[in-house]
Amino acid sequence: MTDSIAAVSLHGVTKRFGEDVVAVDDVDLEIRDGEFFSLLGPSGCGKTTTLRMIAGLEFPTDGSIEIYGEEMGISPPNKRPVNTVFQSYALFPHMNVEDNIGFGLRMQKIDPAEIRTKVGEAIELVQMTGMEKRRPNALSGGQQQRVALARALVNRPKVLLLDEPLGALDLKLRQTMQLELKDIQSEVGISFVYVTHDQEEALTMSDRIAVMNEGRMEQVGRSEDIYDSPGSLFVAGFVGDMCFLTAEVVEAGAVRLSGGEIVRARTSDAAGTSVTLALRPEMLHLYAEASEAPSGRNAVKGSIARSVFNGGTMFYEVDIGAGGSFDVRVENKPSMRRWDMGDSVVVDFHPEAATALAQ
Amino acid sequence: MTLHQGAVARPWVERILAINGWFVFAFLYLPIMVVVVFSFSGSSNVGIWGGFSLRWYDQMLGNQQLMNALKNSIVIALWSTVIATVLGTAAALSLDRYRRWVGRGAFDGLLYLPIIIPDVTMAVMLLLWFTQTGLVPLGRTSITLAHIAFNISFVAIVVRARLAHMDPEMEDAAADLYAGRWQAFRRVTLPLILPGVLGGALLALTLSLDDVVITSFVQGPGATTLPVYVFGLIRRSVTPEINAVSTFMIAISMVLVLGSLGFQRRSEKDD
Amino acid sequence: MTTLKERKGAQQESSNPKLERSARRRESWRGFFHAAPAYVYLTVFFTLPLLIVFVFSFASRSRTGRPELEGWNLDSWARLGEPLVRTIVVRSFTMAIFNTLLCLLIAYPFAYWIATRARQSTRTLLLVAVLIPFWSNFLVRTYAWRMLLDSDGYITQIGEFTGLWGRMLFTAPAVFIGLVYGYLPFMVLPLYAALERMDWSLVEAGRDLFASGPKAFRKITLPLSKPGIIAGSILVFIPSLGAYVTPDILGGAKTTLLGNYIVTQFGSARNWPFGSALSGAILFVMLLATVAYFRTGGRTV
Repeated sequence: MTDSIAAVSLHGVTKRFGEDVVAVDDVDLEIRDGEFFSLLGPSGCGKTTTLRMIAGLEFPTDGSIEIYGEEMGISPPNKRPVNTVFQSYALFPHMNVEDNIGFGLRMQKIDPAEIRTKVGEAIELVQMTGMEKRRPNALSGGQQQRVALARALVNRPKVLLLDEPLGALDLKLRQTMQLELKDIQSEVGISFVYVTHDQEEALTMSDRIAVMNEGRMEQVGRSEDIYDSPGSLFVAGFVGDMCFLTAEVVEAGAVRLSGGEIVRARTSDAAGTSVTLALRPEMLHLYAEASEAPSGRNAVKGSIARSVFNGGTMFYEVDIGAGGSFDVRVENKPSMRRWDMGDSVVVDFHPEAATALAQ
Repeated sequence: MTLHQGAVARPWVERILAINGWFVFAFLYLPIMVVVVFSFSGSSNVGIWGGFSLRWYDQMLGNQQLMNALKNSIVIALWSTVIATVLGTAAALSLDRYRRWVGRGAFDGLLYLPIIIPDVTMAVMLLLWFTQTGLVPLGRTSITLAHIAFNISFVAIVVRARLAHMDPEMEDAAADLYAGRWQAFRRVTLPLILPGVLGGALLALTLSLDDVVITSFVQGPGATTLPVYVFGLIRRSVTPEINAVSTFMIAISMVLVLGSLGFQRRSEKDD
Repeated sequence: MTTLKERKGAQQESSNPKLERSARRRESWRGFFHAAPAYVYLTVFFTLPLLIVFVFSFASRSRTGRPELEGWNLDSWARLGEPLVRTIVVRSFTMAIFNTLLCLLIAYPFAYWIATRARQSTRTLLLVAVLIPFWSNFLVRTYAWRMLLDSDGYITQIGEFTGLWGRMLFTAPAVFIGLVYGYLPFMVLPLYAALERMDWSLVEAGRDLFASGPKAFRKITLPLSKPGIIAGSILVFIPSLGAYVTPDILGGAKTTLLGNYIVTQFGSARNWPFGSALSGAILFVMLLATVAYFRTGGRTV
């Protein structure tokens, strides 16, 4: 154990629905005090079930969940020091904004005067002043989202759980709310556990991310680590753009592409293992001649098979023969050289930018 | 809301539909209107207009047997409605909110049977039960018990429809916000399904006030209801007084139907 | 509601992997307890009476007509084959089937007409206009026709004036009119519900693909409204098969239907076992119809 106690820790948590559906499969996880933690994965990967188990809305079939060192067992949601922002917001339609936000405090039988103060503060925190008397159906999606957030935060939970809270908002609003949520989190200083299927959102907001797939934890780590060094093929494919090449490990730190080229890459498998080499398109550079490329890196010869203009970036597909093809993304700058179909190029990349993943 | 092109029929089809529509409305309303109009006729001949008069209403109010039957009807309707609403709402909750419990499937089926069974069959069943067990003498109590038996199902079906529309995350949210089970029900679930509960209760009230067949089987001496009493009158002869009673009963139904629509309106606004 | 004791217990056994199962068991008990009052009530006042009817249909008849709990026999069931009974059964079924078909024929275009009004408020208004007679007392509505069809009633007067018909009261047509009038709203409401919910863009797509309106109706609208058709047909068929009030008020001796015949067994004919057997038979038909309904997949009422 580290010296500071974990906000939430899951030990061997498994959730089965019926006989054959395993929603969450033997998950171990530790969420630290005060961090913005995301559970990321495609729909049906078990992330929402995991969140609901922390909230007490579902109980694990096996394993245990602790919140600040306290074993939760099958204690119901109303006995847990956590609050949730639901995907549908779940605002009570028969109560106005103020009553919605004060609901949790009223249930805890807190002094009415104190409730009024706290609710006022919460309304201010989410910038909803002036809308206290409105009913939820008279609010926009973004406003409903703020009320849902205030309703959870006003209870000063030890951990805030958020279930795809921005899923229903349009892109622009979502981006604004992402930043706002991040600000609010650093203001209140409690741990946020954030469920999302949007990898960009997870990268933008989180201190750490857990990528889930088919009920299992694929990788847990800082956003940068998840992006720069994916631990599995699934994570590599799910988070960000990636181009894949089949290869075989030659020795520690070197692989051979199908076309015979030997490149240096990060490996963890024994020589002779078939692997997939994963590369970020924006980490690749193009040069006309190998001599132009910086030394001490990888240089693979090929020719431009396709070029797509994307506004801020140019996207090239570079054919390297039997080895397959590289996807390369180059930022559009005046100084940037434009390549045409058929041009011979050298693809250059740092060994650290290429990760060899077991198939 | 604008309608899709797909719903728009050709002009001549549309004309036939409209003619049929107004014909059906005439078919539905004219007979009732004849009864209502002639209830205000002064003539003692049922089909002949004898000038406006309230004498049949006067006679109705003075008919002691009829007033007794009305009183019975109201008492029975209220009791059966209250009890059936409580039991039916609980039954709807158990079916909608709790997916797995022993006997759920059988209960689901049992709950629908009283709705689809013909009145006569249910009447026979209950008559045999009351006479053979001898536990409850035939009278107001037996009528009330019988009405509860069919009303539970109607309340449950209406409340269940309302529950199905409710976002289950509402209850999760209440629990998450420190509400215990009872508080969550009292503060969140009940207010949200209230239009359904009241709608179900009004339906139960109407059915209880309408029932002839089952009541006439399980009634006892001196304890009959208004519709059964009126049924007896109609079988004997047609009198203008029946027009007055009928109009009175139609008025009650209209109040109830408008009331139930009011609840539905309110519920739609909340959604 | 969790009691304090339960909560303490929960915390002590917290490392037990069987926890979820105990939580689930508690949930299922809660479900059972919610249903229990209604469950018990319906068992006592519905299931038991149902069994009693079944048992008594095998009993023999005492002098008062009440069943005697000895001398069990199949006489009552055997009587279902008698010519008189057969006539009544055939008459009831014919009446119920024709009533269902006519209601469907009138109600479908009617419900379609209401459901395709462009404005929501118009639709609601028209629906309320259907609901008011629907909620009005069935007895009163039947009584209205007794007035209209009697010798000096308006319908009779019109018939005599045009020479097309005479006094219909106490004849089969009167009963038929009464049944259609009584049960028509039961057909309109489910049909309206099915049509109102329909996704008209599908019909648009159909118009686009099949081009002709009638074909689009047959291939898309009709199949999509099938649940409403089935639900409405059951709601009309079952009560009209057991109808008692309508034939009693509007019909005569020659229009006795099953419902009246059963009531007679408990009244003037004094044969409760036979009445029980007849009720049992109706119940059986009803169950078959319902099973057929669920088989066809129409769950939406």
